[in-house]
Amino acid sequence: MSVDQPSIGDRIVHKEFLAITRHRLALYCGASGDHNPIHVDLDFARQAGFPDVFSHGMLVMAYLGQALTDAVAPSRVRSFSTRFVAITQLGAELTCEGTVAEVFEQEGEKRAKLALTTRDQNGEIKLAGEAIIAI
Amino acid sequence: MVDQSAVGRAFTPVTARVEPGRLRFFLDTIGEANPLYRDEKAAQAAGNAAAAVPPTYLFCLEMMDATEPFEFLRALDIDLARVLHGEQRFDYRAPVVVGDTVTFKPRVSSVTEKKGGAMTLIVVETEVTNQDGVHVADLSRTVVVRNARPS
Repeated sequence: MSVDQPSIGDRIVHKEFLAITRHRLALYCGASGDHNPIHVDLDFARQAGFPDVFSHGMLVMAYLGQALTDAVAPSRVRSFSTRFVAITQLGAELTCEGTVAEVFEQEGEKRAKLALTTRDQNGEIKLAGEAIIAI
Repeated sequence: MVDQSAVGRAFTPVTARVEPGRLRFFLDTIGEANPLYRDEKAAQAAGNAAAAVPPTYLFCLEMMDATEPFEFLRALDIDLARVLHGEQRFDYRAPVVVGDTVTFKPRVSSVTEKKGGAMTLIVVETEVTNQDGVHVADLSRTVVVRNARPS
């Protein structure tokens, strides 16, 4: 199993992350430019009908991207997409994984499609996505 | 409620510079230690002109340098508290590295009602070009609007 010679079913992406804290959400608010108060202001979140603040989807996608480019050089990533399947709650301990779903030729290069997931500590899927990489 | 008349609407282009200090703040926040994003020499040894940006960072750059980050919500009369991020896609066409200046041109590409009008999905597609006019990426963001129940 390697990124250079991937076979369908190979798990080439795997990374675990520390629990998401309020502090992390505050930092991400500033670092990402996404100042939506629903992620950092408990009063606003409650007013909007949520029991508490919750993670930016894009923080979770940033973790998934980090797991992806630990395994695959950033310059090889041709596309990266996710569905935000469920809200990621405070305290979530995320695990990001990616397996080879397809190997094919496109635009004159050999590529692989990776099926990506992010799950919390209960195994609940938060993000489901895919990346196309050059191999 | 947002309807089909929104399709094709374009919003104010945003130009952003990839600044090393802001990028470092982002990398520290997500615990990203990959030297390709942090170390110019490591990036150059890997064939890049300078340190690269991580896969989701273009989304952040657009929000950071927008005069009005949620312009499309105001323009379409959508309450920020009713919006969730449904899907996000990045297509990478050329490298984006520290020192680049990139311009984002967002427009609405589709509006779809779901669950009998309880939700509206709005897709905003954004073309990204760099300081040399090179088309470096395309972003596609799907926002889910939780519509108010009719009273």
